[in-house]
Amino acid sequence: MELADLTAHELLELISKKELSPQEVVKSCIDRLERYESKIKAYLFIRNPEEVINSVKEDAPYSAIPIAIKDNILVKGLPNTCASKILANFIAPYNATVIERLNKRSFNIMGKTNLDEFAMGSSTENSAFGPTRNPWDIERVPGGSSGGSAASVAIGSAIWALGSDTGGSIRQPASFCGVVGLKPTYGTVSRYGLVAFASSLDQIGPITKDVTDCALLYSFINGYDPNDSTSLNIKPYIYSPLKGDIKGIKIGLIRELLGEGVDPLVKRCMEDVVKTFEDLGAVVEEVSLPHISYSVPTYYILAPAEASSNLARFDGVRYGFRASGKTAEEMMSNTRGEGFGPEVKRRIMLGTYVLSAGYYEAFYLKALKFRNLIASDFRKVFERFDVLISPTSPILPFKLGEKVENPLEMYLADICTIPINLAGLPAISIPCGFVDNLPVGLQIIGPVFSEAKLFEVAYGFEQATPFHKKRPQLGGITNGV
Amino acid sequence: MLSIEEVIHIERLARLKLTDKEREMYRNQLNDVLNYAAKLDEIDTSNVPPMYHVLPVSNVLREDIPRENFSQREALSNAPLEEGGFFVIPPILGGEE
Repeated sequence: MELADLTAHELLELISKKELSPQEVVKSCIDRLERYESKIKAYLFIRNPEEVINSVKEDAPYSAIPIAIKDNILVKGLPNTCASKILANFIAPYNATVIERLNKRSFNIMGKTNLDEFAMGSSTENSAFGPTRNPWDIERVPGGSSGGSAASVAIGSAIWALGSDTGGSIRQPASFCGVVGLKPTYGTVSRYGLVAFASSLDQIGPITKDVTDCALLYSFINGYDPNDSTSLNIKPYIYSPLKGDIKGIKIGLIRELLGEGVDPLVKRCMEDVVKTFEDLGAVVEEVSLPHISYSVPTYYILAPAEASSNLARFDGVRYGFRASGKTAEEMMSNTRGEGFGPEVKRRIMLGTYVLSAGYYEAFYLKALKFRNLIASDFRKVFERFDVLISPTSPILPFKLGEKVENPLEMYLADICTIPINLAGLPAISIPCGFVDNLPVGLQIIGPVFSEAKLFEVAYGFEQATPFHKKRPQLGGITNGV
Repeated sequence: MLSIEEVIHIERLARLKLTDKEREMYRNQLNDVLNYAAKLDEIDTSNVPPMYHVLPVSNVLREDIPRENFSQREALSNAPLEEGGFFVIPPILGGEE
């Protein structure tokens, strides 16, 4: 164990007891970068190591714990590419609200992490600057779209990270990389300064090594922001030490998310999960959400529709890449044709189609109705259950290139995470087992604003199991390739 | 089945110049996804209201009071082409040889 293997709360405690000089953590993370970044490629931009070390202040403990930021969250003065050629030279002119909040605590940013272009994808293979690799097996994807953030936390080149989640983009990479990821309730974390993908679904959230770090980081970034018109003016979550007492709570195991298409080895992990919860005194029952199986078609109409509208701003006029053209329109079409990658173009085409005259009602409006049905299913079951559980991903981390040729197959693998965004609910993914040394993630879902309860349930499970202590065998990375 | 003409129509609506190869690829892939989306026809939703948003908030407005924001220099800092404080683009009309 080196410092880069520890959690933020462990390191903070060592620093407060003066058992550790604050710069040591940063140095340990930089050492990880030097040893493994060329293989993993978690980052698109890394700050000058000297600068990161010099940013550590004695009186600001969080400055000692490096954080990685997904490259679609604006940090003033740093590049923000969204892993797209169209923003290759873009420098953020302002800070996202979450960054302003971290700055108040003197957080120290290690760099900006890789993602699927504009956060569209589930493998980080859709990055214009090359894929990130999974620290548990570099032949495999780290998940996506926040694959760089999850991989950086897993290898310890940052202690914690921020990602964004539109259909699973925090939880699924957390699952694939064996770390913890939270998709907060819609409206609890400001989206100001997050490059918009699908505005009614996007949320920023933490990626960390354990549940305590997750709760801590969430407590720093959540809360009302007048700069985001969908930010909720409610009492924010405030961190207090977790107890993990889950005796007597009612847990619903979602039947539809354990059916066809779920890897039998993942199913077996879920059987162990149920047993662990029962041993801890929780009551687990199977529950059906009849419309949840319609989530994938619903999402892949709504999210591209919103994306096609949001991405209209990338036209080569005010920022970013510009191609040539004799007229403004020709310039814009060429800019977008050359600047966007294949998945982004696919979603813009799909979204434009479902919003176009003659198809709006058949596709977009219909999907909005299914969104209502799916959200109602959740509302109903939360009358009987405290939380719901499912695998985070129906499949194990897959090999690079395995699914790029078949977008629909890749979309179908989002079945467990997508319904949560459609319903605006919070959900956390935590490690719940390993299959052939590949991590498996457990998703715990709560009603709106139930983050505090999610942390307790997740913490109870975590403390009863060894999975959060396991780190990838990094030696294998250098020897393997 | 989506025709090539329809693909070109969408491409034009989206201001997204595609190559012939891309048109053929997206035609097939969009068809796959749209055929799959036909699953939504399994249920009669004529009486279900659409849900545009998960939050019960609408028309969030603020007082129209000027506040500090970008300077012109900052707003232009990422411009591909700029002159005298303006974004410069090719002509909107014409441009024909």
